[in-house]
Amino acid sequence: MAKLFTSSSPHLGSTASTRKIMLDVIISLLPAAAASIVFFGYRAAMLIGICVLTCVVSEYFSRIIMKREQTIGDLSAVVTGLLLALNLPATLHPLMAAFGSIVAIVVVKQMFGGIGMNFVNPALAARIVLMVSFPAAMTNWMPSKLSGVDAVTSATPLAEGTSFSYLELLLGNHGGSMGETCAVALILGGLYLILRKVIAPTIPVVYIGTAAVLSLLLGLDPLEQVLSGGLLLGAIFMATDYTTSPITKWGKVIYAVGCGVLTILIRTFAEVPEGVSFSILIMNILTPLIENTTTPRAFGESKEGK
Amino acid sequence: MQEKKLSFPTKPFRTNGGARVPHRKHTTDMQSVIMPSPKTVTIAMQQHIGAPCKPVVAVGDTVYVGTVVGDSDAFVCAPIHSSVSGTVKSITNITLPGGKLTEAVVIESDGLDTPDPALKPVEVNNLQDFLRAVRASGLVGLGGAGFPTHVKLNVPEGKEIDTLLINCAECEPYITADNREVIENSWAVMSGIYSVLEILGIERVIIGIENNKPEAIKILKEIADNEKYDPKDVVRVLPLKASYPQGAEKVLIKACTGREVPAGKLPADAGCIVMNVTSIAVLSDYLKTGMPLVKKRLTIDGSAIKEPKNVIVPIGTPINEVIEFCGGYKGEPHKILMGGPMMGLSLDDDTLPVLKQNNAILAFDEKEARLNDATDCIRCGRCVSACPMRLVPTKLCADIKLKDFDSMQKHQIMTCMECGSCAFSCPAHRHIVQTIRMGKGMLREYMATKKGDK
Repeated sequence: MAKLFTSSSPHLGSTASTRKIMLDVIISLLPAAAASIVFFGYRAAMLIGICVLTCVVSEYFSRIIMKREQTIGDLSAVVTGLLLALNLPATLHPLMAAFGSIVAIVVVKQMFGGIGMNFVNPALAARIVLMVSFPAAMTNWMPSKLSGVDAVTSATPLAEGTSFSYLELLLGNHGGSMGETCAVALILGGLYLILRKVIAPTIPVVYIGTAAVLSLLLGLDPLEQVLSGGLLLGAIFMATDYTTSPITKWGKVIYAVGCGVLTILIRTFAEVPEGVSFSILIMNILTPLIENTTTPRAFGESKEGK
Repeated sequence: MQEKKLSFPTKPFRTNGGARVPHRKHTTDMQSVIMPSPKTVTIAMQQHIGAPCKPVVAVGDTVYVGTVVGDSDAFVCAPIHSSVSGTVKSITNITLPGGKLTEAVVIESDGLDTPDPALKPVEVNNLQDFLRAVRASGLVGLGGAGFPTHVKLNVPEGKEIDTLLINCAECEPYITADNREVIENSWAVMSGIYSVLEILGIERVIIGIENNKPEAIKILKEIADNEKYDPKDVVRVLPLKASYPQGAEKVLIKACTGREVPAGKLPADAGCIVMNVTSIAVLSDYLKTGMPLVKKRLTIDGSAIKEPKNVIVPIGTPINEVIEFCGGYKGEPHKILMGGPMMGLSLDDDTLPVLKQNNAILAFDEKEARLNDATDCIRCGRCVSACPMRLVPTKLCADIKLKDFDSMQKHQIMTCMECGSCAFSCPAHRHIVQTIRMGKGMLREYMATKKGDK
C-alpha cells in the first residue's frame, strides 16, 4: 500500500477558487465592456486591451522581482485592468492608460503584498492618480457614437446645464467614462454577481439606496443621481471589492451608507462633480476601523461587552 | 414544579452560518451487516476523553465478551471491555490516530463469542445506581467526541436540567450509522430515553434530526407520537434543516431550544443534556441485558471502498479487516479517515483497531485525497458567513500569525469547535482550522506559563 496521505481536518474542500471568482467578475463586466465598445468604438476596445495587458504584465514582473509565487493565473490583474479601463474616458492617450495600470498593480496592489493585502481598490486609486495627474485628459468626454452629436467633447449628465432623459441614462447613450454610462449593462452584471453568490447584495443596495434618499432630501432628482456618473459602476463593482470592504455583515452596511452619503455630499458641495471615486476611496481607508467596531458577538459571548 | 410546562418548538430556531457540504450518504438504505469476530482484537486503553484506563487483565487470562479489561479510578474515564471471548495474548503500546501513545490489550478470540457469565440485566432504583450502571456500561459519547456518558449525566448540583436532546442530526457527509440505529433499533432508542428522563426528572425530550433522513424521521415520529410508547407525551421529533454542522452540540441546542450555551460552559448551563441517539440505544440495551459497549456500527464508505456498507463490528477489530469485509480496497487508498470528512482524523496506518467512538471509516482514492493548495486570502468573507459560532476566522488567523494572545482571546478563539465550515467554504483553500487549532495550542501554552510566573 502507498504511504497514506495525512492532513488536518476538514478533508473536503470548496470547489470554488479565486480564479473562478475572478472569472465570474470578468463575465459580469462583459456587458459594460461591450456597451463601451458600441458607444465609443475601437478606442474603447483598444483601451480595455491596453489596461488588461499592462496590468497582467506588471503583475507578472512584480512577482518575479519580488521573488514571490506567480499569481497572474488567479485573473485578478485582468479584473483590475478591465475595471480601470471602464473608468477612463475613451479619448485618453494609451500611454496614460498604461501608466494608470502600472500604478494600480505595482504601487497599489503588489507593493502592499499582492491580492488581499492592498488597502485601497487598485483600479480606483489608479483612476484618481490619473485624474490628479492629467485632469484635462481625464475629463475629455467623447460623445457616444450613436448620439449623433458631432462635437469633439461632450458633457456628462452631471455637468451643469445638461439634461438627459431617463431612457438615455439607462441605455448610456451619452458622454462619460467608458463603462459607467450604460446602466442596464451594469445592473445586468450586478445581478449576475449576486446570483453567482460572488457578492452579497448588501453593499450595492445600501449604497444606491442611501444615495437616492439623500439626494431626495437635498432636493436633487434621485433617479438621475443614481443613473449618472459612475455610481452604478462604483456601487456594484468597485465598492464590493473583497479586499477593501468590511468582511462583517454590519460593517458592510456602515461602509455602504458612508459611500452613499459621501458621494452625494461631494457631488453637491465640492468643486468636482464626480464623488464616487473619492467616497469609495475614503471608505476603503476606513474599512479596518469599521471592521473592528462591527465584529459580531461570538456564540455564547456575554452581551455585556467583552 | 409542574406549573409551567415547557413547550415544544414547532420549527427549529435560527442558527448561524454553516456549510453546504455534499451529503454522499450512499449507505442510508443499507441494512447493517454483522461482521464475524476477527482472530485477534486490540483493545486500546484510551477510547474516551479523560484519563486512560489501566489493563486489569494479565497475559494468559481468559476473558469473555463483556469482561472488563481496562479501568481506572479517575472520574472522567469509562471502563473498557473485551469484545470477544478468548485469551489475553499480550499487552502492548499503540499510537492512536492523533498521535497519542496508549496501552492496548491484545486478545486472541476462541471464535465462540461466549458472553461473560456474570452479565445480567441491570436493576436501577435511584440516581446513584443509574450513574454506576452508566459507567459500568463503558458508554462514551458515540457521536465522535467520546466523552464518558456517566460524567455528562452527573449533573452538578444547582444546575437545573429541563430538556434532554437526542442528537440524531448526523450532519457529516457519508455517515449513516445513527440513521441505521434508529431504523433498526428504534425501540431501544425510546426505552433508553424513558430510563434517562425518569431518573433525571426531565420534562421535555427533543429528538433533533436532519431532514435528509425521512425514513428515520417517520419511524421516530411513529413511536414518539404514540401514547403507548410515550405515555407522558414528553418526547417529540424535530426535523432540522440538513445543514452542516447541525449536529454540533451547541448548534443543536440552539436549533432545538433557542438557548445559547455561554462561552466556555457546558450544555447543563443552558438546562440541557445532549445525548447521541446511538448512545441512548446502547444504554437501553445495557440495562436490558447487562452487555456493555463491545460492538459498534460503522459506516464504511469512500471512493476507495469496493462495497460501502454499514457494518456492526467488535470494538478492537483492525480497520483493514473491516475494509476487507467490505470487499477490500478499490484501487489504492490514499487517505483513510476515522470519522467523517469534516472532523475525522486521517490515519497513517490501516491496522489500527476500531474504537468505541468511531462511527465511520472512510477510504479515499488519490483524486479525493488530494486537497487544493492554499492561495492568498482574498478577504471574500465566506468563512465569516459560514462560522456557526459567529467568529471572524480572518481576524483569528491574523492574531495567530502575530502571536497576539490578547487579541485571540478578544476574538474568542476558544469558542471555535473546529467544525471546518470556514475551511470548507474558503475559495483560497486556506488551512483555517489547522491554523486555529495551532493558535489554541499556543494560547494554552501561553496561559500556562503566565500562570506559572505568578
